[in-house]
Amino acid sequence: MAGPDYPGLDTLALHAGAQPDPATGARATPIYQSASFCFPDSDYAASLFNIERAGHVYSRLSNPTNAVLEERIAALEGGVGAIATASGQAALHLAIITLMGADSHIVASAALYGGSHNLLAYTLPRFGIETTFVDPRDPQAFANAIQDNTRLVFGETLGNPSLDVLNIPAIAEVAHAAGLPLMVDSTTTTPYLIKPFELGADIIQHSATKFLSGHGIVIGGLLVDSGQFDWEASGKFPTLSEPYEGFHNLIFTEEFGPAAMIQRARKEGLRDFGACMAPTSAFHILQGIETLSVRMNRHVENTRTITSFLLEQEQVTRVGYPELEGHPDQALAKELLPNGCGAVFSFDLAGGREAGIAFVDALSVFSHLANIGDAKSLVIHPASTTHHRMDAEALAAGGIGEGTIRLSIGLEDPKDLIADLKQGLRAAGKAAGGSR
Amino acid sequence: MRIEVNGETAYCYTNSREIEADKPTVVFIHGSGMDHTVWTLASRHFARHGNNVVSVDLPGHGRSTGSPLVTVEEMAGWVIAVLDALDISDAALVGHSLGSLIALECAASHSDRVRAIALVGTTSPMPVSDAILDAAEADDHAAFDMLTQWGFSKRHQFGGNRNSGIWMIGNTLRLYERSGPGVLFHDMRACNEYASGTDQASKVTCPALLILGAEDRLTPVRSTRALQEAIPSPVVEVLPGAGHTIMVEAPNAMLDALHKVL
Repeated sequence: MAGPDYPGLDTLALHAGAQPDPATGARATPIYQSASFCFPDSDYAASLFNIERAGHVYSRLSNPTNAVLEERIAALEGGVGAIATASGQAALHLAIITLMGADSHIVASAALYGGSHNLLAYTLPRFGIETTFVDPRDPQAFANAIQDNTRLVFGETLGNPSLDVLNIPAIAEVAHAAGLPLMVDSTTTTPYLIKPFELGADIIQHSATKFLSGHGIVIGGLLVDSGQFDWEASGKFPTLSEPYEGFHNLIFTEEFGPAAMIQRARKEGLRDFGACMAPTSAFHILQGIETLSVRMNRHVENTRTITSFLLEQEQVTRVGYPELEGHPDQALAKELLPNGCGAVFSFDLAGGREAGIAFVDALSVFSHLANIGDAKSLVIHPASTTHHRMDAEALAAGGIGEGTIRLSIGLEDPKDLIADLKQGLRAAGKAAGGSR
Repeated sequence: MRIEVNGETAYCYTNSREIEADKPTVVFIHGSGMDHTVWTLASRHFARHGNNVVSVDLPGHGRSTGSPLVTVEEMAGWVIAVLDALDISDAALVGHSLGSLIALECAASHSDRVRAIALVGTTSPMPVSDAILDAAEADDHAAFDMLTQWGFSKRHQFGGNRNSGIWMIGNTLRLYERSGPGVLFHDMRACNEYASGTDQASKVTCPALLILGAEDRLTPVRSTRALQEAIPSPVVEVLPGAGHTIMVEAPNAMLDALHKVL
């Protein structure tokens, strides 16, 4: 039997979490640029501090503008709640410190954004949290790496840099069989391209800096809780299922049920580590999300045009986009990402490092910078920038060649992007010729 | 805390406090397919204000074991049994939806044990549509969807939660999804078949408060006339903007209203 329809994605992207401002009637969500909020009387104040009333105390903990963004992303993802953080990295950190402490372990995909890899590989071990990195295409590798002290399984919906498509249903099954949650970074896909909770994931992390905000003007992160994972049944998460001395022995699973994890993250992680989002950032991200579907559709359309163009170029030896023949995840992409595989991909140029550098330097519409998910098209040559410390062998291990170029396709007229790429290919050809 | 009632484990949220004989007690009773977590804010509030709070999980719900009970009368008897087990002589009862019918029945049938009632999102009779009953009987997710959508006012279909970061539609849906097979059906059928509500309402002798959502689509304000007329001198609070899920949609206004009888 079909139930009534919930509002669709586009409608939620415009309305979820927002009501006309009760104070002024403003239709747009106002920027509540205030550190603190007045208490009508002392008992009201006490009731806010003791989680008896809904309301705001201090903008590190919650803020009316941020609250709209948090509800909106939770609605778009189909979760129970969310927290807006200072950056995507802050969202990842917040999730980890909410779920575990020292002597814990994470199983993560080896194909991660460099910032996430740094946190897991180099920084968290100093605090007693180790990570085993595994092949994202091998669910059994995730299973094999799980230890008694593992507390989280983590991957990206589309891995970096080869766009490995994470088999969320299979890896969720592995995680759940071990009593563990699966967290995914869905930054490059957004809820327009994939709904990880419907596929079995339990927690989602976004860098809202990228496609959600969409215009390269803000740094922000979002942590979303599905409310589907049974923390008590798992028995591995005392931060959620045992009394918390830091809040009068509150037991989060007892008092908040499905929202236990996201509530603990706010009441402890946001309170103590303080990586909150600025309200103005939340406002900018909300404006971006309003046009998410329209933009993502155009991002993907342009990406398909550009990958088709590159495939026809003799100097291009590989185009790594999961929709294309030859990509190892083509079938999985068709199943999990029918609306497209995002707008960030890499390709290999003949002629190595010199060709790559010449290509990037010759572009004028594409911006040479270290970011993705802007309305404007972006380019970077990893071997000379983000991965410049690596030799050829180390680059190869990471799926990167000396002539690899990463593009983030924007919303420009595709004919102008192709004309720009042709200019770059001519320069690359000259550089490659000169180096021979 | 967990206690034994009728041979099964009954879970009662008490704000991690022991029951103290010299304090007044407030019992919170959730609605169909829900559990005690719908009352977290209110129960924390009344615990801090010098009350014993007992927010129950009805049998077969949340952390309470056993099969769900079939009739409102049985459920009322179970609530009184909880008071017995906790050695509580009398209490104020706050109930939502099905829970409000249970509170009403307790006040009518066990008047010596009930010092006040607050009926939240209530009406009587409380007919349930065949569409919901059929879906609930089949354990069809559509029952959760219908109750979740019609359980909120139209404006709250898009959220606007004052409790930061919580998407109330999603959280309510997850609570329904956590209920065991058949639980929602038993609850909805009990609401549908409780025919003696207005007769029982006329027997209420304690202070009675009705907290209604102005935009409630499941138990609309206009449907409460018979109940309002049957209860002797009820206090009626209609909360603007709220639908049926008043604890979530208007938590602060509900708290302020509860203070009128508690």
